[in-house]
Amino acid sequence: MVAITNPAARAARRTTFRNVLLGVPLVVLLLSLLVYPVAQLLLLSVQKGGEFSMASYVQLFSSSVYLNVLLITLKIAFWTTLFAVIAGYPVAYLISSWPQQKKGGLLFWVLLSFWSSFLVRAFAWIVLLGRNGVVNQLLVALGVVDAPITLLYTFGSTMVGMVHALMPLAILTMLSVMENIDRSLPRAALTLGARPGSAFWRVYFPLSMPGVAAASIMVFVTSIGFFIFPALLGGRRETMIAQIIIVQVEQTLNWGFAGAISVFLLIVVGAVFAVYDRVLGLSSITGTVADDRGPRARSRWAVALSEGVLNVLAKTSDWLASLLPRRRRSRREPGQSRGLLMIVLTILAFLSLPTVLMIPLSFAGSSGLNWPPRGFSLQWYQQVLESPLWMQALTRSLIVGIGSGLLAMFIGTPAAFLLVRAKMRGKSLMLAFVLSPIIVPRMIIAVGMFYMFSRVGLAGTTLGLTLGHTVIAVPYVVMTMMAVLRNYDTRLDLAAQSLGARPTQVLRHVTFPILIAGLLSSFLFAFATSFDELTISLFASGGLNATLPKQFWDEVNLQISPVIAAVSTCLFVFVAVLIWTADRLRRRSATQ
Amino acid sequence: MPSSNLKISGLSKRYGDFVALAPTDLDVAQGEFLTLLGPSGSGKTTLLSLIAGLAQPDQGQMRINDVDVTYVAPYERDIGVVFQNYALFPHMTVEENIAFPLKMRNISPEQARKQAQEALELVRLPQLGKRFPKELSGGQQQRIALARCMVYRPSIILMDEPLGALDKKLRDHMQLEIKRIHRELGTTIVYVTHDQEEAMTMSDRICLMNGGRIEQLGTPAELYFNPRTLFVADFLGESNLFEATVSSVGNDTIGVMLDQGRIPAKTAADGRPLTVGQKVRVMVRPQNLQLSRTPSEDMPGLSATVVDVMITGSLTKLYLNAPFAGDTPIMVALPTSRQADAWRAGDTLSLHWQVADAVAIAE
Repeated sequence: MVAITNPAARAARRTTFRNVLLGVPLVVLLLSLLVYPVAQLLLLSVQKGGEFSMASYVQLFSSSVYLNVLLITLKIAFWTTLFAVIAGYPVAYLISSWPQQKKGGLLFWVLLSFWSSFLVRAFAWIVLLGRNGVVNQLLVALGVVDAPITLLYTFGSTMVGMVHALMPLAILTMLSVMENIDRSLPRAALTLGARPGSAFWRVYFPLSMPGVAAASIMVFVTSIGFFIFPALLGGRRETMIAQIIIVQVEQTLNWGFAGAISVFLLIVVGAVFAVYDRVLGLSSITGTVADDRGPRARSRWAVALSEGVLNVLAKTSDWLASLLPRRRRSRREPGQSRGLLMIVLTILAFLSLPTVLMIPLSFAGSSGLNWPPRGFSLQWYQQVLESPLWMQALTRSLIVGIGSGLLAMFIGTPAAFLLVRAKMRGKSLMLAFVLSPIIVPRMIIAVGMFYMFSRVGLAGTTLGLTLGHTVIAVPYVVMTMMAVLRNYDTRLDLAAQSLGARPTQVLRHVTFPILIAGLLSSFLFAFATSFDELTISLFASGGLNATLPKQFWDEVNLQISPVIAAVSTCLFVFVAVLIWTADRLRRRSATQ
Repeated sequence: MPSSNLKISGLSKRYGDFVALAPTDLDVAQGEFLTLLGPSGSGKTTLLSLIAGLAQPDQGQMRINDVDVTYVAPYERDIGVVFQNYALFPHMTVEENIAFPLKMRNISPEQARKQAQEALELVRLPQLGKRFPKELSGGQQQRIALARCMVYRPSIILMDEPLGALDKKLRDHMQLEIKRIHRELGTTIVYVTHDQEEAMTMSDRICLMNGGRIEQLGTPAELYFNPRTLFVADFLGESNLFEATVSSVGNDTIGVMLDQGRIPAKTAADGRPLTVGQKVRVMVRPQNLQLSRTPSEDMPGLSATVVDVMITGSLTKLYLNAPFAGDTPIMVALPTSRQADAWRAGDTLSLHWQVADAVAIAE
């Protein structure tokens, strides 16, 4: 036999081998901890006592209860999406139009609320909207109402909380598309005779549509799987699907039925994605404008309809603008309107203020969580520090956070290398797979993992939690590292090689020092994800084994006390420092 | 001189402490092709943005066809802009792009389609109407941008380095194309470029800018033969600039002393306001320097040594060393011929120039 000695073939095989090596850890992680448990859960839904049975589905559809919950879930998700995207649009628009140096300030507030704990924000709204909360106090003081009214545990309070929770996601998703829109296009429209309204609606807005669509689907899918806000801010009539799953697992341990609801939820999410893909194409989710194959041929009436709507919007805004008093000697450049800035600052205040208002409450002298807080004391902080429950939870969260942060970084970074550098087929499929932990409703992953972990003795262990959080955090690492690697000039590696460095030396002396900041920031993002994760921790731990969010959740469900305000303040400050550091690092690595 | 189409007086713009444009006056005649030329940061793009209404001036006034447009919005000025990256709308077909300005002027769709087709024919791409911009080559996109701008016959077309992204050959072709369209339409064009060759090729007049102000304004020939400042002499074409002192000022000729007063030479007067004893630079273009083996009668003292001989194509370039030029090598360009090729490094020779080919520029 003649050995194959063709060097080109050998080199090609080596490249393939390296690619496989880079991608395998991530694929194994997701297959074993995401695909397998979820598939098993789905299998459980068609079993009863080891036999094939549709009993769970019969139960699901036999009464209108669960269909009603589904309808409520869809209703809440729909309104959340609508409000979050509409209110988020001007913020994203303004941030994308600001010069690079000034952008950071605005973006920081969006990032801060994006990374702030959902629990902290939900708690903030409980306090704000309570009987003696800030909002009621304000309404009474302004004479709008005579006595405090019921704001909490209504559809309204659920909506406020949900929109508040998901608007940052909408803003960041739209921003990634808007940043890629050539700013000279609306300017060109102006020189061609378009009034500002027409220039916006006919040129800028259609170009930003992929961002709007991506934001809509991200917000919609995320809110379908939500349980924190309807549980804490909503009443009975705002019960959502994910809450039903929790009840099935925690109280009745009815795996089959939990599985059936999960299937139901997955089908809804799948249907949403299918519709989305038909209309716009899935690739626009990752933030790149999907225009490499040209706009699809849409049906004639759809084109005519959108034309008509845009025309009306353009004409209306131009007409409105013409009614305003004319400032002939206006010094402002086109596009820098003060009105827009005011709107955006108001929205940013809506996003940031609730959490900030926790801070004075945590130093209150009395225990009522009333506004304005009376007296000053550090007693609530002292209580937290002296409580073994809180301190154990903190320790556990830190261990799990660091563990899953490191794991996610080591698994995600090679995959990012693969996705950015390698020329291979199925790249977009791979990317979709990597992002699946974000797309699949968190509750389903959590239930599936819990079932699997409980059978192998990992349930409630630190290792199990760490592995679970790694799955959730790894997409953020991949996305961060992909952004960093896209900016990395590979010619530097070639230059180092030409100067005599071997591959490992190149990695050590050139690649790694340049990428270190990006790696650190991806670790921090992964850490923050794990640190704030509740869904997986919800089933996987309890009592002295709780993580910080789990302890928070148990505590909030028991009683609303200033102790929680103290914990919230600590978490808020901690996350603020974390985000600031991570963003600093990322920007430093991007400008290098 | 035809009536002035664009009249700018005292226009200025600052960004913080940075003076992007010092108070500037400029008149552009109807149908003129005027180029704003200068290095980056010279204020040419600022001036263009101010004319387009995409930036607001701090001071001054601007009139288009005798109407004050200083603070008028871009969409109410009678102008068109061809952007550096073309700024074609990616979500519209070529035809929709070209019809856009007509739509904004409430022209009926049938009429707009007809005019768009005419504009496409003018730029010689009649068959591309249904395509999307990204399906076209750079040169084609450039022409579509041009068509979109011309379709509504603005009285002034502004072009911001429109050929910057094209390769050399295509650029040469598009220069001629733009000139042809300019001739056919007779529209006033204000063109921005940093490429001096492009400016010389295309312009009726060049407005050479530097550091936020106009350095010199004139026809390409005026700027080339009669630069008013050292910057102009240096920026436009290649030049030798010798240090000298003015020794006499006549009607036609200015006498100068090179090499710290040791060697007499002459330059054209051109009505320059120079005085005896003033420090100047004498500019002679490389192709206007003449070489001989024996000293000339007119300027006998100018001898030099050949350092290097290079054939660059139709021209042969000689680099010379001479005490009167200091450390800077003198460049001489000769038509490539056997005669020119006879020069060898180390040869000593005499330099000479026609008085009309040299100018003295105040330092």
